Amino acid sequence: MTAHLDVTLALIAALPFIGAVFPGLMIRAGRDACAMSAGWATLSAFILLMTLAPAVWHGETYSFRINWMPMLGLNANFRLDGLGFLFATMILGIGMLIILYARFYLSRSDPMGQFYVYLMLFQGAMLGIVLSDNVLMMVVFWELTSLSSFLLIGYWKHTPDGRQGARMALAVTGMGGLALIAGMLLLGEAAGSYDLTDILQRREAIQASPLYLPMLILILLGAFTKSAQFPFHFWLPHAMAAPTPVSAYLHSATMVKAGLFLMARLWPVLSGTDAWFYIVSTTGLVTMVLGAAIAIFKDDLKALLAYSTVSHLGLITMLLGFGTTAAATAAGFHIINHTIFKAALFMTAGIVDHETHTRSIKRLGGLRHLMPITATLAIITAASMAGIPYFNGFLSKEMMLESAAHTTWDGNGLLVPVLATIGALLSAAYSFRYIGHVFLGPVRDDYPHKPHDPGFGLWAAPAFLSVLVLAIGIFPQAVVGSFLQIVADAITGQHLHMHPLKVWHGLTPALLMSAIATVGGLAVLLAFTPLDRLWESLPKPDAKRIFDRMVETSHDICGTIANHMHDGQLTRYVAIFATGTVAAGIIAFVTGDYLPGTRDMLPVDLIDVVGTILVIAATASIVVFHRSRLLVLVLIGINGLVVSLIFVRFSAPDLAMTQVTVEVVTLILLLLALHFLPKITPRETSWARRGRDGAIAIAAGLAVGGLAFALMTRDFSTISGYYWENAKPGGGGTNVVNVILVDFRGYDTFGEIIVLGIAALVIFALAEALMNGRASRRLANWEVTQRYSRDRHPLMMVVATRVMMPIVLMVGVYIFLRGHNQPGGGFIAGLVVAIALLMQYMASGFAWAQDRMKFAYHTFIGWGVMIAGLTGIGAWFVGRPFLTSAYGYVHIEPIEEFELATAMAFDLGVFLAVVGAVMLALYCLSRIARRTGETVNVTPMDFDPSHPTETTQENG
Amino acid sequence: MITYALWFAATCFSVALLLNVWRIGVAPGVVDRILALDTMVVNAIALLNIYGLLEGTAVYFEVSLLIAMFGFVSTVAYCRFILRGNIIE
Repeated sequence: MTAHLDVTLALIAALPFIGAVFPGLMIRAGRDACAMSAGWATLSAFILLMTLAPAVWHGETYSFRINWMPMLGLNANFRLDGLGFLFATMILGIGMLIILYARFYLSRSDPMGQFYVYLMLFQGAMLGIVLSDNVLMMVVFWELTSLSSFLLIGYWKHTPDGRQGARMALAVTGMGGLALIAGMLLLGEAAGSYDLTDILQRREAIQASPLYLPMLILILLGAFTKSAQFPFHFWLPHAMAAPTPVSAYLHSATMVKAGLFLMARLWPVLSGTDAWFYIVSTTGLVTMVLGAAIAIFKDDLKALLAYSTVSHLGLITMLLGFGTTAAATAAGFHIINHTIFKAALFMTAGIVDHETHTRSIKRLGGLRHLMPITATLAIITAASMAGIPYFNGFLSKEMMLESAAHTTWDGNGLLVPVLATIGALLSAAYSFRYIGHVFLGPVRDDYPHKPHDPGFGLWAAPAFLSVLVLAIGIFPQAVVGSFLQIVADAITGQHLHMHPLKVWHGLTPALLMSAIATVGGLAVLLAFTPLDRLWESLPKPDAKRIFDRMVETSHDICGTIANHMHDGQLTRYVAIFATGTVAAGIIAFVTGDYLPGTRDMLPVDLIDVVGTILVIAATASIVVFHRSRLLVLVLIGINGLVVSLIFVRFSAPDLAMTQVTVEVVTLILLLLALHFLPKITPRETSWARRGRDGAIAIAAGLAVGGLAFALMTRDFSTISGYYWENAKPGGGGTNVVNVILVDFRGYDTFGEIIVLGIAALVIFALAEALMNGRASRRLANWEVTQRYSRDRHPLMMVVATRVMMPIVLMVGVYIFLRGHNQPGGGFIAGLVVAIALLMQYMASGFAWAQDRMKFAYHTFIGWGVMIAGLTGIGAWFVGRPFLTSAYGYVHIEPIEEFELATAMAFDLGVFLAVVGAVMLALYCLSRIARRTGETVNVTPMDFDPSHPTETTQENG
Repeated sequence: MITYALWFAATCFSVALLLNVWRIGVAPGVVDRILALDTMVVNAIALLNIYGLLEGTAVYFEVSLLIAMFGFVSTVAYCRFILRGNIIE
């Protein structure tokens, strides 16, 4: 077997996704253009696929590799062999027919653009599964099919059935997907590779691995949920709330076969063990019989077909479970046949629904006289489903019965053949019912809508498939013989010597079983009325109710847990967190070996003593006075001041500067908020509770102090040394803190300014919502009870802030420029400049200052992030990774030589983002005050001595 | 000699800071406390600069520059809050 490298493969996988863009746009040009745009993308992918057909026919495989995350073993590797080719052909071929059918099926009121976008997304995801060579990437596509099918099933958003069906399908297949991820990880672990090409070579290693059984169960959970195997079959009938094209495409031809594909794909490595045989074949057998039995008595056309699909999927699963090459070949053949007849059957059911406006079999009958074309197509395809000779379903059913006849289950040679025959019998029965109760019989006069054959557009697709049914049924070897050969070779991973496909094999046990099934099926149909009554009287579990109850129960349990853990009381969270952390620390301390640190203590001088006393005194006062909120803010001011002094004492001027500026901004924010809050914190807890919280607080404080002491009294190695050595040669700056921020850890800083910007925008959005919500009315009725000064904008303050403005801005620029080599930088400079602007807002009022601000603060944030990002991207143009910095020295007379670094542009981005975020947050908070009916000034001061007569107010 | 002078000054300002905190603790109203905090800011600037002289480095002077500028802003913000309730109107 030779392998070709071909980029066409990636292109085929990408085309549906590319095609998904267009229908949404083309719908503006009309419904035909919309359908065509989806059709062209599918057709191109199909043609490309066919160009690869000749080599695949010769048993060769194509592959294409793109490294995505090689460290995780996750790569975009594609692979095309016979099995992948079969599925890709099905997905694209049936896809084209569905696109054609849906064009005429959807009514004018349905949003067609959306439909085709979802459909193409699904097609791309499904194609991805079958073309993936990397099992992890396959899982990604697998999840994508779950998501896109959710959108498709719930396409008719106005129907509760559609929404609930979509949710159920997503829940079941999504959970299966989770199991599958775990299973694939175990598989990769056992095989030593995540690439199928490698995995398929390592059968012995995988089956000998102790992980084999858990891996098998997890992978099968994924496959069974997707392919609607018992006991997960219940979502499929509920998914029938989807438009019929979706049912025909997803729920008969493609998505439900993804589970089968997975089992077939991994057949060479997983099958052949007892575990595989008993789990897979038993599940398949049960599903086949149960699905068929339920299908017979369903009165809804699509429900009948849905359960018949469940039954046929069970049949294929069972065949794969047998583990013999003959059964695997039969499975491959039945996948082909089932896709063809079932897609056509769904389309005919859709036509009946479309024309008669009902899907209830009890209200139909005699349609062959009114819709002869549809009836012909339905009868051909249903006969194939029943397994009548000269239709394609017969051939694979015969092969299935042949395999079943040779299978012993736990020493019992009769169980499987008998049950398989019963399955086939029931299958024949519902097929006959579909023909007999819908199309045969007398013409009725009470159809909800007078039916007649639809236009060519609707019946073209099922007609094409019906031709295939007959062609394969009559000339099997000529039509699909060689195709089946490559498919079977690909499933089993060996070169099989297949007998030519023939309709008649002489008198075999299979033929006998087949005859019994057909005759029995007719008998069931004849005795349908009493049997139906019997079925109705049997107690049946309602899967939907059980599922809903399970969902509700788990929702309740999670809700109870969450509400108890997360009751909205912040003190409680802090108490739990602090207790837990201290407890963990104590356990670690008691169980570990603790050695006291050996480092010498630093000498203590007067300033240290005073600083310590100040911090302790201020903190203690906060505890004492904490009910008076303004007083607490004053006391916090002491703490802020002393902490910045302490930073200086321990040689961290950058931190001190940041602390000083942040302190001011925080204070202004808190004061703004306090305006709208009660000024006193009421007493709400008992003495006991406060005592307990106090004890926890003291314990946590002592623990943190002890930990810090233990750490600082011993030598430990940090990364600091590296930064010290490389700041100048690597980053070009002598201020290590700044070089770390803009260079070594530039990526972090970049993320942080984005987060900062997002936080500011969220504040904006929240304030906006507040203004339009209930709080707005309360603000409008705000009454000022306190007596306030009537001079809102005192002359002194206005003059002082105007004088300070240029000085502060100058300091801001200075701190920004020196940042790379001396304490300072963009962050501090941003805060300094923000404070300079804030002063003007405080002095002359919001409206006056806002009038003079020419740019919105949002744009500051945007520009900041963009400049920082572009600086980082700039490194790409010289072939370096994102955010690599460069620097050089410039000498211009008469200025001293100075350094220019790209990091400075990055720092500029930081600067702008900080200014924007701070100002936007304060802008939002102070805007709330506008709602309280405060008057707005238009001049800088309320009383301007130079214009004594001018009025300076207007109503806001 | 200058060292003794600096240590003497540092001691004085440290004591002043302690007295400021004492005042904040026992003052009759919020206004007195704000005043005390403002005085603390002045004393802290002095202490910082003396510390810089003692260490023989100018690196810390920008910190005192910022404290000098923004101590004023904080005081103004507190006062506006007491006078008008809303500090940006």
